[in-house]
Amino acid sequence: MRKKKVAGIFMSFMVAAGVLAGCNSSASGDGDSEKSGTIKIGANLELSGGVASYGQSAKEGIELAIEEINKEGIDGKKLKLVTVDNKSDAAEATSGALKLATQDKVVAMIGAATSTNTLAQVQIAQDNNIPLITPTGTNPTITNKDGKLSDYVFRTCFIDPFQGTVAANFASNDLKVKNAAILIDSSSDYAKGLAAAFKESFKKNGGKIVAEEAYVQKDTDFHATLTRIKAANPEYVFLPGYYEEVGLIIKQARELGLDVPFMGGDGWDSPKLVEIAGADPLKNTYITNHYSSGDDDKKVQDFVSAFKAKYDGKSPDAFTALGYDTVYFLADAIKRAGSSDPKKIQKALEETDGLELVSGNMKLDKNHDPIKAAVILEYVNGEQKFKTKVNP
Amino acid sequence: MEIVQQLVNGISLGSIYALIALGYTMVYGIVKLINFAHGDVFMVGAFIGFYSITVLDIGFFPALLISMVACAIFGVLIERIAYKPLRNATRIAALITAIGVSLFIEYGTIYIRGAQPEAYPSGLVPLKSIELFGVKISGQSILILGTSLVLMVLLQFIVHKTKIGKAMRAVSHDMDAARLMGINVNNTISATFAIGSALAGAAGVIFGMYYTKIEPLMGIIPGLKAFVAAVLGGIGIIPGAMTGGIVLGVIEALVSAAGYSLWRDGVAFVVLILILIFRPAGLFGKNVREKV
Repeated sequence: MRKKKVAGIFMSFMVAAGVLAGCNSSASGDGDSEKSGTIKIGANLELSGGVASYGQSAKEGIELAIEEINKEGIDGKKLKLVTVDNKSDAAEATSGALKLATQDKVVAMIGAATSTNTLAQVQIAQDNNIPLITPTGTNPTITNKDGKLSDYVFRTCFIDPFQGTVAANFASNDLKVKNAAILIDSSSDYAKGLAAAFKESFKKNGGKIVAEEAYVQKDTDFHATLTRIKAANPEYVFLPGYYEEVGLIIKQARELGLDVPFMGGDGWDSPKLVEIAGADPLKNTYITNHYSSGDDDKKVQDFVSAFKAKYDGKSPDAFTALGYDTVYFLADAIKRAGSSDPKKIQKALEETDGLELVSGNMKLDKNHDPIKAAVILEYVNGEQKFKTKVNP
Repeated sequence: MEIVQQLVNGISLGSIYALIALGYTMVYGIVKLINFAHGDVFMVGAFIGFYSITVLDIGFFPALLISMVACAIFGVLIERIAYKPLRNATRIAALITAIGVSLFIEYGTIYIRGAQPEAYPSGLVPLKSIELFGVKISGQSILILGTSLVLMVLLQFIVHKTKIGKAMRAVSHDMDAARLMGINVNNTISATFAIGSALAGAAGVIFGMYYTKIEPLMGIIPGLKAFVAAVLGGIGIIPGAMTGGIVLGVIEALVSAAGYSLWRDGVAFVVLILILIFRPAGLFGKNVREKV
């Protein structure tokens, strides 16, 4: 708690400093990008630090998209990417956004891969009237805090609660289960958000929640809780959590003979999950995710082969796909705006409707949150297999 | 049948607590020191077992032995380097040192290998689970119980039937008198640390096999729980630590079974508080009047 407070105070200093610095440098504008034939866009990503793999993946997708778009250009202009590394740190993300907005004078910024580091840039985007798009920041407060819309902030991914709804519909319609149990990581807002959405939609589908249990991160023994769940005889268990505990829970559940399907969100998506749980216990488990390279949609397969050609056969993950989509989302808006004026781009972004992207057909709702499809993956022999695509 | 299943869950968990609690109790019985670094010896044991299995490619039982031997040496080193110079210092100084050693081991491990978790390979011991009257008992639970029981019986044998055990009991009774009788007190204390740490190492490997995931801070909570178990049984008393561990495991399972899984850790410490208020000497302890 205390740490957060200190970080909060520090951040408000950073923001204040940002506003002041903005005043200073606005007078000394460098060459206008309109004339030079290039459109500068910024990317503020986690290229080092704790979650560097997220930022690196997103960056590869962004670079591929820019390379493709620049073959033709947008109305004769080419996109130029300015990258800053926020070191997986919120304070660095704020100062990076400030640099992009005031020194580099980008027309739009591609935000961080995590929600926390994106939230740290929201104020800068709002103050400087420069659109900010996060590829993978799923926290609802990024675009809409306390009922107030941050009008310059957008995202390419769907928000957390949507995954709960998708899981509920999949359970009712595809698995045809009536009785579900929920096991929540009560120390995570992400898990609670998913669980609440699941519960609402599952009940609406005529299902019944027969057991609702909770745990906290770092727990290791779940036998007692799982025995209790087993006694309630669910046909399905919804388990929105992160891979470390999820792995243990699934392993222990199978030991106790709880063989029903388990399902969770993108928090499961890590190779460590298979190491901890083992391939066999993961049989009959599903996750919702943003995208799957196994999707047989033509758009997805074209992207996968273009990516493999550029990066020596590497398979693109969800972060890469969303990074790639973010550039197309932005390029589409710039094209429709017919200008690289940030204000016009903001308006065009807001009006996005029916844009075809790798991660699905995209339309924005009034909170700037995309309404788009989610994929459902099944674990088969310890590997994720594309199961189906669910449209909202 | 659910209640029987819950009892089985509780006993499996409790026997791991019991193994760790034994080390706490033995050390306390002899030097009157709560060795807070004990939970971290447990963690080091889990990692030694993990690397023995994955790098040296050996089975569960050889890995258990390697881990026990390595932890025994590690325990003696901790005692010689950190606690021995403080033997005549105040008890609070030794206690604070123990907390320091604990943090040193935890963050030293993170410094050496990083904070990321590891997963024990599955299928180490090919065991089938047994189904009895609708209760599913996994082979691993039985192995844990079996290993714990064997180690506890071995410990009782060492303490009551061997010469070093006699020396340990003598030192715990009266250190100065034991020294006057020609007992090498330093060696006896080291032996106690060695045995206690070996048990913690064994618990670490068993924990790793049963729960799969190990990480550098994994020793904190089991260490504290084992401390509660030791106090519950009466700190310094070996059968007390075993009983205390199993009782605590069962209490925790029953709390979760009643639907209060989030309260589980809290209940363990409420038990500690209640014991300290109503029966400070523990379940097996006798009220001994302090000599002035």
